[in-house]
Amino acid sequence: MTTAAIILVFAAFLASAVEAVEALTVVLAAGTTRGWRSALTGAGAAILVLAAVIAVLGPSLSLMPIDALRVVVGALLLVFGLQWLRKAILRAGGYKALRDEEALYRADIEKARLAERDICAGMDWYGFTLAFKGVFLEGLEVAFIVLTFGASNGNIPLAALGAGIALLLVVIVGAVVHKPLSRVPENAMKFTVGLMLTTFGVFWSAEGAGITWPGADLAIAAILAFVTLASFALVGTLRRLRELDTVLANGVFIKGE
Amino acid sequence: MTHLKNFLRFWYEFIIGDDWVIAAGVVIALMATGLLVQVGVNAWWVMPVAVAALLSVSIWRETPR
Repeated sequence: MTTAAIILVFAAFLASAVEAVEALTVVLAAGTTRGWRSALTGAGAAILVLAAVIAVLGPSLSLMPIDALRVVVGALLLVFGLQWLRKAILRAGGYKALRDEEALYRADIEKARLAERDICAGMDWYGFTLAFKGVFLEGLEVAFIVLTFGASNGNIPLAALGAGIALLLVVIVGAVVHKPLSRVPENAMKFTVGLMLTTFGVFWSAEGAGITWPGADLAIAAILAFVTLASFALVGTLRRLRELDTVLANGVFIKGE
Repeated sequence: MTHLKNFLRFWYEFIIGDDWVIAAGVVIALMATGLLVQVGVNAWWVMPVAVAALLSVSIWRETPR
């Protein structure tokens, strides 16, 4: 397996794992309160729709001219990557609350308990819809990452494999522990995915726009190092700002000192 | 009309996300790279610089002042 293939599988695996952990919280809440049949059918239907999206769009993307594909796909990866990175930096810097799967699970349970029963053909449709939406919305971004990352590498099935392994792993762990996976270091994983998507987004979009990278493929390592350093510098700056805010708020800072 | 609005809003939120500046900045940086390539400059440095700048601006916009 080449380095590019390993990175491809790893990025798809991490992105899928993060989103699967978030979707699991919703499915558990739907299953616990509205019945497992409806929740699992909803989750399964969403996975089938996502697989169909990949199966339909994948071959169409592969038909695009390589430079146009790299500009479009690279730009999309870059926008997704920067959004993931932005959130992860804000969370690491203390300016955005970390995702609390336990709290979100409790909120979902409360909402699902209060909703009216809507039973038809032996299914609770609120539970079905809740699980379907949770899995579909979290999974759509993974489907796009699999498509874009896979198409640029010329190997969508390999990216889908990485995402599938992560999904399977989260489902197995979720079925065993039967509660939200709150100990998964979601922000660190999001940070890593953000760095990878941004790096490859920069590499492919610029190449598609016509530039030649100094050092050819070795430039990927240099871009990754640059984006990582810039991101850590921003986290450091945010933490210092936060400390300064706390000091000012507590009135410890004395003018002139 | 409401369905169309919801559909468009969904895709806007999905692709553009929380901060439109990032998406707009990526498009502008790519256009600048393409234009520089057209006049014979191998502008590989535009995208990395744009990424660092866009991240900084977007985070600065999010932090309270």
